[in-house]
Amino acid sequence: MNSLAQPRAWERFFWPVVAAALLLAFWHYSVVWTATKVFPSPLSVEKGIAELAAKHVLWADIGDSLRRVAIGFGLAVVIGIPLGLWFGWNPGANQTVNPVIQLLRPISPIAWIPVAIIFFGVGDHAAIFLIFLGSLFPILVACVSGVSSVPPIFRDAGRNFGLSTPQLLARVVFPAALPQILIGARIALGIAWLVVVAAEMIAVDSGLGYLVIDSRNSGKRYDLVVAAMLIIGIIGLVLDLGFRRLERVKSVRWGFRNAS
Amino acid sequence: MKLFERLRPVLLVATLLAIWEVAIDLHPGIILPGPIAVAGGILDLLRHGLLLKYVVASLFRVTWGFALAALLAIPLGLALGWYRRGEMAFNPLVQIFRPISPLAWIPISILWFGVGDLAAIFLIFVGCFFPLLLTAMNAVHNIPAVYINAGRNFGLSPSAFVRRILYPAVIPQLLVGLRVTLGVAWLVVVAAEMISVNSGLGFLIVDARNAGNRYDLVVAGMVIIGFIGLLLDLGMRSLEQIKSFRWINSEG
Amino acid sequence: MPQTEATVPGTKNAPKLRAEHLGVVYDRDGESLPVLEDINLDVDDGEFVCLVGPSGCGKSTLLNAMAGFLSPTSGSVSIDGEMVTGPDPRRILVFQERGVFPWLTVEGNIGFGLSNLSRAERTPRIAHYVKTVRLEGFENSYPSDLSGGMKQRLQVARALAVNPDILFLDEPFGALDSITRVIMRGELLRIWQTERRTILFVTHDIDEAVQLADRVVVLSSRPAQIKDVLTIDMAHPRNISSSHYLELRDELLKQIGLAYEI
Repeated sequence: MNSLAQPRAWERFFWPVVAAALLLAFWHYSVVWTATKVFPSPLSVEKGIAELAAKHVLWADIGDSLRRVAIGFGLAVVIGIPLGLWFGWNPGANQTVNPVIQLLRPISPIAWIPVAIIFFGVGDHAAIFLIFLGSLFPILVACVSGVSSVPPIFRDAGRNFGLSTPQLLARVVFPAALPQILIGARIALGIAWLVVVAAEMIAVDSGLGYLVIDSRNSGKRYDLVVAAMLIIGIIGLVLDLGFRRLERVKSVRWGFRNAS
Repeated sequence: MKLFERLRPVLLVATLLAIWEVAIDLHPGIILPGPIAVAGGILDLLRHGLLLKYVVASLFRVTWGFALAALLAIPLGLALGWYRRGEMAFNPLVQIFRPISPLAWIPISILWFGVGDLAAIFLIFVGCFFPLLLTAMNAVHNIPAVYINAGRNFGLSPSAFVRRILYPAVIPQLLVGLRVTLGVAWLVVVAAEMISVNSGLGFLIVDARNAGNRYDLVVAGMVIIGFIGLLLDLGMRSLEQIKSFRWINSEG
Repeated sequence: MPQTEATVPGTKNAPKLRAEHLGVVYDRDGESLPVLEDINLDVDDGEFVCLVGPSGCGKSTLLNAMAGFLSPTSGSVSIDGEMVTGPDPRRILVFQERGVFPWLTVEGNIGFGLSNLSRAERTPRIAHYVKTVRLEGFENSYPSDLSGGMKQRLQVARALAVNPDILFLDEPFGALDSITRVIMRGELLRIWQTERRTILFVTHDIDEAVQLADRVVVLSSRPAQIKDVLTIDMAHPRNISSSHYLELRDELLKQIGLAYEI
């Protein structure tokens, strides 16, 4: 798909390393040349990561963030998938509720913070509620879209074999829609990770987001700020990759075009 | 039958509003406003000219941040999508930066841009740049090989190839990606304004709460945010409907 | 077009399937589109009947109506004397392509309709039909690993596993290459001769109809009516070079209104 020759296997590791090295060099020299007192150099960030890891606070913060994501995302999945399947199956229900969803969806979960605090106070529950909100909509949308793109031929075959509607939903519609639902869930997980960090910057006092804001506020420790940012990025990437693994499971792979 | 179908969502909304209002009325001390109070809040904002001012401020930042991100990310993404080695080089870096919430960039943005418009625009830029980059890269990957081969077969020059094959082929996907990312930009601007500037709809929400617990204005702000976000989305969708962009829906 | 009663007189007492004055009219944006008009057809138990006609004439619509996926606008279909009001596992429809469930293995697909059986009953049944359609060795494969012909065989196995009275086949070999098609015809006949069911087979391929069917029902173009019914009185295996075969084939071509010289 490109105009150059097929890249060799070793190049998959070579080029990213080159790019990363270039970026690090650029970063390092920018810091040196601008003689900035505040912005950290790559080395100080590396030391910052070590410091955080040693201080043990890091692991608690990572654990807190992951826990909130797990609960909020989990709730969104447990509530969103059956609801989404039903909306997808009932065009009438979908048509009725969709405008409400379309109105609520563009409201950033962060904008819900004041309302969330009224109901849940400052703390874990508010953050989990925000994560739930942020994750719910992509899952709903993916379920509706997945159900409506199930080829009628599968529904007909299911009915032909005498399945009742609940059986049809469980044994035909859901597996057929699963590839799209998984994509929606993966996007929702990504959003959940963004929301938890943001929520922790505003409404709670633990977690990776809080670490970012706190490192700056208490002592302008920008080396820790950037360290925390990198950790956030890496964990988010790991979550995404892990989820993509799910998409390779054989009974779902058929739905993904590029799966060989 | 058709009329009832059209009315159903309206009835649902009306019912929800009614339940909301009743629930609030039943709890006299409660700080959360009912829909009537919220409507009053919206009128309040209109009367003081704040509504327009804040909406414009938010839209201004979104426009700049989004446009800058698009102008940089799309050509870069198309190029990276085309040149396999370039993508190999930068993809891991992009994958690490993408999951970092734009809000996590706030300390850095304050460091570089202080508190104000530029900081907010930078945050929006960061929030849009990586998704658009990936969208453009993916759009190139999804061009059916038959079109590429046909272009080569007919001996097109590189610039003609880009103009007559690459560009039309990627536009539908780019439009969808732009729409989704515009939604993201709208989410980010609100969040960014809640933290680091003093105008705009996000600011309205924190300010209304901090300066006097005006929750009617808080929720009014939320409603307006939802409404404008919806308008932005619908606007982008109508772009997707333009006939010459619609080919992707008619292909198999 | 003269209407033909498609009963073969004096063979069995009651026909397995009977369509009486069957008519289907589609409503497209306020305009009514008649697709089938006054279809009368009797099919006997264990018969192999082919429906042929020009493309778009409504053959699939007729099949769907008989299988219960479509409610007729007028007239009725009854099977074993019972009116057809919906799809039923006693009459399975095999689709042209992509009918197998891609998220289930070969065994999973074949066992799909057998969920009310115990594991002890299900396993030998599935194994039997894997063998019948000659998919041994692929029991745990997914449809994405199978060729087009194999997928159609899988669909047939899935249909047979629930022991239906009637098999409806809607151009099942249409998406396959011509060599595979010939092989699949042989397979279908072999299966039909061991496990005798009533088969209704829609095709636009004239040779296919003459090679497979006991009777061929010729449909006119839309709105479809039964133009003629041709009885193929050849025993299986049929010699497709014999003069009798060619005569029947020519007769069929004539009925459809095609010349036999190009």
